[in-house]
Amino acid sequence: MTRRTGHHLIATLAASLWLGASAAYAIAPTQMPTPQLEARYLNLIQGFRCMQCQDESLADSPVDLAADMRRQIRDMLLAGKTDQQIRDFMVSRYGYFILFKPPFVLQTAWLWLTPGVILLGGTLVAVGVIRKRAAIAATDPQDDDLTDG
Amino acid sequence: MSRSRFVLPLVIFALLVVVLAIGIKDSPDKGLIPSPLIGKPAPAFSLPSLTEPGRRVSTAQFRGHWYLFNIWGTWCVECHVEQAMLLKIKASGVVPLVGLDWRDDPDDALSYLKQDGDPYQSIAVDRDGSEAIMWGAYGAPETFLVNPQGIVVYKYIGPITEQAWEQQILPRLPLASTAAAGSSS
Repeated sequence: MTRRTGHHLIATLAASLWLGASAAYAIAPTQMPTPQLEARYLNLIQGFRCMQCQDESLADSPVDLAADMRRQIRDMLLAGKTDQQIRDFMVSRYGYFILFKPPFVLQTAWLWLTPGVILLGGTLVAVGVIRKRAAIAATDPQDDDLTDG
Repeated sequence: MSRSRFVLPLVIFALLVVVLAIGIKDSPDKGLIPSPLIGKPAPAFSLPSLTEPGRRVSTAQFRGHWYLFNIWGTWCVECHVEQAMLLKIKASGVVPLVGLDWRDDPDDALSYLKQDGDPYQSIAVDRDGSEAIMWGAYGAPETFLVNPQGIVVYKYIGPITEQAWEQQILPRLPLASTAAAGSSS
């Protein structure tokens, strides 16, 4: 690649990044009176799932329902509600499923604990295998073939 | 060494297959998200009536009565599918239907009801979609069964089918009205 096309590429990438960013703001335009509220608003809408297009956040979703929910969140922020009050409200209507990061409660315990259980299981298996191989190596130092057979 | 060393990975693999299969089959994208409103008081509202200009529809009017709260809109294709069943429910006289006309144009809604029939006892207008959020709606149609104490007893997502009506909704209603339904159908 020549230096020139390299520059071209960077310019194109930068342009597409910029376009991407502006597209995101077209969905969630800046609308809060203070930067603090704006930051809280953006943080909140990124933490909620769009219930219609379920792998997108409210910040990214173009559907009407997401727009209505963003308006709801904006109104609650302007009414002086805390982030926790807003989260509690959304959960009271839609359940924990609406949170991209669900809290650790009884209903979601399996969600948080499963990876740990799998890690623990894997570690136990690994330790077992290593010990076994160490034992084989100790009984027959000539045998550097690490398969059990 | 024996073959036993293959057993554990195989068992783990089989378990993973089962877990992932359940995940794919029952993923909320495909299935239904349970409503946290069940067992809780239905959201209180007072909204303009679609069919009676100048009047309001409010939850207070339904205290002491069972009702089906049905969220719909003329833009909703599945609601058109459901329409015939709603008219049947109305004809059965078992439980009144209260509609929430969601994000709709009132004129469209009125002409739709005129043409296809109006199954509702009353219809509240949710022009900007804020009431639907109160009910945790994420699509239409969605139907809630509310008891005389104002508690949400059951939620049905999607167009009510004959089967859903007979197996899910009717059994939750008091016996007297269920008997009436049996005689009318």
